[in-house]
Amino acid sequence: MSIVIDTGNRIAAKAAIMAKPDVVAAYPITPQTTLVEAIAEYYAKKEFTGEYICVESEHSAMSACIGASAAGSRTFTATSSHGLLLMHEMLHWAALARLPVVMCNINRVIGPGWNIWVDENDSISQRDTGWIQFYCSSNQEIYDTVIQAFKIAEHANILLPVMVNLNAFILSHTSMPAEIPEQRTVDDFLGPYIPGWKLDIENPVTFGNIIGPDSYIKVRYAMQQAQMQAKQLIPQVAKEWKKHSGFFHGDLIEYFECEDAEYILLAMGAIGAESKIAIKELRSKGHKVGLARVRVFRPFPTEDIIALGKQAQLIVIDRNISVGNEGALFTETKAAVSGIPETSVQGYIAGLGGKDVTYQDIETMVEKAMTGKAAHQLWYGVEEDR
Amino acid sequence: MPDDLSTSAENTWCPGCGNFGILSAFKKAARKLEERGIDREHLVICSGIGCHGKIFDYLRLNGLYSLHGRSMATVQGMKLGNPDLKVVAFAGDGDAYGEGISHMIYAAKRNADITVIVHDNGAYALTAGQFSPTSEKGFKGPSLPNGSVEEPLNPLALMLEAGASFIARGFAGKIDHLSDLMVEAILHEGFSVIDVLQPSVVFNNTYKEYNERTAIIAQTPRSYEDAIRLAKDKGTQVPIGIFYQVSKPVYHKELMGSWNPVRDKTARNDRLKKIKEIL
Ligand SMILES: Cc1ncc(C[n+]2csc(CCOP(=O)(O)OP(=O)(O)O)c2C)c(N)n1
Ligand code: SF4
Repeated sequence: MSIVIDTGNRIAAKAAIMAKPDVVAAYPITPQTTLVEAIAEYYAKKEFTGEYICVESEHSAMSACIGASAAGSRTFTATSSHGLLLMHEMLHWAALARLPVVMCNINRVIGPGWNIWVDENDSISQRDTGWIQFYCSSNQEIYDTVIQAFKIAEHANILLPVMVNLNAFILSHTSMPAEIPEQRTVDDFLGPYIPGWKLDIENPVTFGNIIGPDSYIKVRYAMQQAQMQAKQLIPQVAKEWKKHSGFFHGDLIEYFECEDAEYILLAMGAIGAESKIAIKELRSKGHKVGLARVRVFRPFPTEDIIALGKQAQLIVIDRNISVGNEGALFTETKAAVSGIPETSVQGYIAGLGGKDVTYQDIETMVEKAMTGKAAHQLWYGVEEDR
Repeated sequence: MPDDLSTSAENTWCPGCGNFGILSAFKKAARKLEERGIDREHLVICSGIGCHGKIFDYLRLNGLYSLHGRSMATVQGMKLGNPDLKVVAFAGDGDAYGEGISHMIYAAKRNADITVIVHDNGAYALTAGQFSPTSEKGFKGPSLPNGSVEEPLNPLALMLEAGASFIARGFAGKIDHLSDLMVEAILHEGFSVIDVLQPSVVFNNTYKEYNERTAIIAQTPRSYEDAIRLAKDKGTQVPIGIFYQVSKPVYHKELMGSWNPVRDKTARNDRLKKIKEIL
């Protein structure tokens, strides 16, 4: 075991190569570039001995991963923002063909209105592709999640691609310490990828055939079943990883000061991490508040959120907006607790376009929600600028 | 020097970047075009994403800041929307010959009446120096520290094969020559492309090489075969100038004749009259 201080991107790259993928295919985009370039460095130094290919677009990157995965390879890629959007149809393909590709996505704003800072509209807009989605909040969590992502994706009951999201710059380019286990530990934990079926000349199979309505609905049903099973498997895999590495990341939700909380804040990504400071501050003022940091957005942790809704009033901060409706976490949280009569859910949209969301901002949002004066969903940082 | 074609945007290109030469050449070209009856309102620009794309911010002209690899597709729509416009797409080599290469091939194939100016620096500059479709074999960058194992594309030969009706190469260090090429390309009716050798002082500084090796083509090759031969020439000199120009039917005219959806739109009253007739 060693402790390294490095950026989220470089830690993600370290995790990716320690999982020993057979194929990495990528196309550059800020702020993902330094992740793939770290892999390129390992490749150049022969510390990563899989195939590494620089392709001509993100559509090609995901296509190459799909081909490699179908041929039985462990595959990894990384992208961000417009790159992720250009992959869109191949994201569906990978999931429908049940190919366990693992990808890091660095959450970045979508243009125009060109901007390279963080928000989560890129990955949230891909939530219906069938990919499992994680949102990290520290570099240690990035490391642990990338390793576990391979285990989850390749599990015989799951066989779905996994997207590990990290917020642009706040995580991708910020150095933090992370404990990196020995290669042996990762090898023992992951083992090789043994596909249930693959492109094999000895035993030919085909992927992506034409199928009629009776079969197609079953394909979707099976994907849904796999996602539901992942809710159980994700914490199990985390526990297993803890046995190997000593670290626990984690459940579908990370709970902080929730035991006696009367108000619980739900947030994802870096806002989730910043919220811990806000919660401490609010507690020091005597407020019974807690934080539920949603780590896994797909599968959606409905049962856990119902439990929270039975205990406390919920406040949601979204760094994304489904224009024409609401923030995605807000909508899905409300849907989860809709059967619980006394629960109220207040929502905020904050931090779009990389606008800073500090712990003071979070305190302000929570305090306002606690007065009961907050509207159904408010935009934080728009009114105040007027 | 700020002038009437400049904007208030702060220029963030590195000092000495070849993009400055392209910007100056384009401003000169825009003025020459005005002298030849093409006013600024009818010159519309579009750019991709990359260092080159910032030219959009620095030119006081109408247009649209498109996506990485898509400016060539966007201007085709502009042209069809209003064929009276002269439309120019700025693109990087990553933009034009990587992410958006299909748009180049199809614009050439259908002889879309657009002009594409490719800032060819043999690198993905904005994303910090990765190898690109025109990087030389062996090019070392952060995505390939041991060097690229791929042969570069030959964009001029590719565009010739695809059916482009105007093909030129310019050099960002020869501004007057480049500006003349731009004028010719924009006046040309049909698909015109200028591959501009653009030194990136940070990631691929080719000033010395191109200052020494570029040579203006004495006469535009007369035949397609001669043009291909010149495009594939790997001699010590790097020819710049017009490689090929031919007159061919253009896409919007094949599609719509002389009809212009903006100019020839049915007047409101006539439309209402027609609706009444139908009703
Ligand atoms: C779909 C998509 N993928 C990747 C990017 C990231 N990106 C921005 S500029 C660029 C390449 C720039 O290279 P080039 O087109 O040659 O232009 P230059 O910067 O060299 O002028 C890339 C890959 C993007 N903006 N959109
Ligand atoms: S990085 Fe290269 S292409 Fe970009 S502005 Fe600097 S010199 Fe020009």
